Amino acid sequence: MTTQKLLKQPGFYALVVVIVLFSVFPFYYAIVTSFATGTDLFKVNYLPHSFDWSNYVAVMSGRNFVRSILNSVFIATTTVVFALFLAVTASYALARVRFRGRGLLLMTILAVSMFPQIAVLAGLFELIRFIGIFNTPWAMILSYTIFTLPFTVWVLTTFMRDLPVEIEEAAIVDGATPWIVITRVFLPLLWPALVTTGLLAFIGAWNEFLFALTFTSSETTRTVPVAIGLLSGASQQEIPWGPIMAASVIVTVPLVILVLIFQRKIVAGLTAGGVKG
Amino acid sequence: MTAAPIAPRKAGLSLQQQRQRAAFWFLAPMLLALICVAAWPLLRTIWFSLTDTTLSNLYGGTWIGLDNYLSVRTLSSGKVIYRGTLVDPAWWNAVWNTVRFAVTSVLIETVLGLIVALVLNAEFKGRGLVRAAILIPWAIPTIVSAKMWAWMLNDQFGIINDMLLRLGLIDQKIAWTASTDTAMYAVLMVDVWKTTPFMALLILAGLQMVPRDIYEAAKLDGINPFKVFFKVTLPLIRPALMVAVIFRMLDALRVFDLVYVLTPNSAATKTMSVISRENMIDFDKFAYGAAQSTLLFAIIAIFVSVYIWLGRVDLSGEGNR
Repeated sequence: MTTQKLLKQPGFYALVVVIVLFSVFPFYYAIVTSFATGTDLFKVNYLPHSFDWSNYVAVMSGRNFVRSILNSVFIATTTVVFALFLAVTASYALARVRFRGRGLLLMTILAVSMFPQIAVLAGLFELIRFIGIFNTPWAMILSYTIFTLPFTVWVLTTFMRDLPVEIEEAAIVDGATPWIVITRVFLPLLWPALVTTGLLAFIGAWNEFLFALTFTSSETTRTVPVAIGLLSGASQQEIPWGPIMAASVIVTVPLVILVLIFQRKIVAGLTAGGVKG
Repeated sequence: MTAAPIAPRKAGLSLQQQRQRAAFWFLAPMLLALICVAAWPLLRTIWFSLTDTTLSNLYGGTWIGLDNYLSVRTLSSGKVIYRGTLVDPAWWNAVWNTVRFAVTSVLIETVLGLIVALVLNAEFKGRGLVRAAILIPWAIPTIVSAKMWAWMLNDQFGIINDMLLRLGLIDQKIAWTASTDTAMYAVLMVDVWKTTPFMALLILAGLQMVPRDIYEAAKLDGINPFKVFFKVTLPLIRPALMVAVIFRMLDALRVFDLVYVLTPNSAATKTMSVISRENMIDFDKFAYGAAQSTLLFAIIAIFVSVYIWLGRVDLSGEGNR
């Protein structure tokens, strides 16, 4: 389609406006709702109407919500560090060394990341009970490896393939072992990729729900998605929409800021990995 | 990569062999981790599905063969009783819900994603802003988006009913998430909102590989833009599109969190993942749920194999090297 012709059409800009509105509106409306209290909550307001922090105060002061945030931060960070550590060496081998069955191995790793997580739920449940980490953060850290590790390996492999061969050859001629090549030569070049992959894996771990729901049994060990998913009022009928929206905004704003800062890198990582975070 | 022509440092080992040996040790920890969290639990799940294990007594199960899937028993009166997942209407309802959800959502997302990608591929003022805006739904946790939309779709105080009433599209408020007629639409709406950006970005990556001079040539020849799109652009981005579709499809077939939070306990939306977990954890039919999740795994595995085989999709990216 010819670009110039399209841009002259007012329809094009209308489409742009619709896309932006559709994308942003639910988040905007959650923010508006999170500042509304009492009867204001039960009137539809398209524009910010009141500005009341009491929903935020209610969320932060009660029901272990702060604890859940700390749980999520700890779990997601540990998972990412663990996955990156294992993935850097593995992706060096997958991207840089020719060996038989490499293609098959890559496909298997990809297959694991596309696994229906429910298929391993029963087996993982048993494993976690057996090790004795049920209802602890370690249950999540262990189980999140199933999607963070294949994903980081996959993305880092595509990044590493693109690094010039000459640098590596020069290092080898100088007598560098593969370990030295990774730590001294590739790691400094790879850190932008590590930031991207780490961030995407972090978002994936932060957002996970099925394992976190199944492997925790008390309010103090819940992660943020479980805490929000199960946040309920005094009675079944009375859903506390104000606090729920406040909690949603609290956990989403940092993510949105991170995503906006690292936009370009995230898009590059997403399209390289092709895996939803 | 060819080995550099230098003398091997260890007796008897060429550089290539040395590298391969190192590669093995580099891969071993990752493989071990994946075996622990993926292969072993999967095998255990399949094993559990062939026993009568319960949640309260994980090691007390006995082998019952395929009875969780299908068992046929003839009573003394001559009446034949079929039991198991394969004759469970609730299971088939979940299969139907999942397939309906996956096909519809991926179809809508592909079309919308294509439109958004074409928009982002054009050069205009504020393109960066649009790209930033569409990343927001992607970044929001699924549970949070489910809650945000549950509030917007609220029957009494929801803004969506209010909008539709004002526009005159409906004449009374709709209980989107609670009513069995509309629950699936609600789930589809949220999923489309949340995952179209991902689709758009993957397609955009494909679009940006199309050389610009092709469009120039088509323009000089005076070919209708729609014809250019269907005859030139679409065939060229087909590989990217195929990969995007399979990723989204796999994601949609295993959907759990959105359905679980947005429409809890609604038979109209309950998917295979939801019903498996419900049996496994909530109803203490651990082995029965394991059988259902094994079936889901088999369905997805078959689907992927057929898709890759029919579409000749190159997922590994090795082909273009």
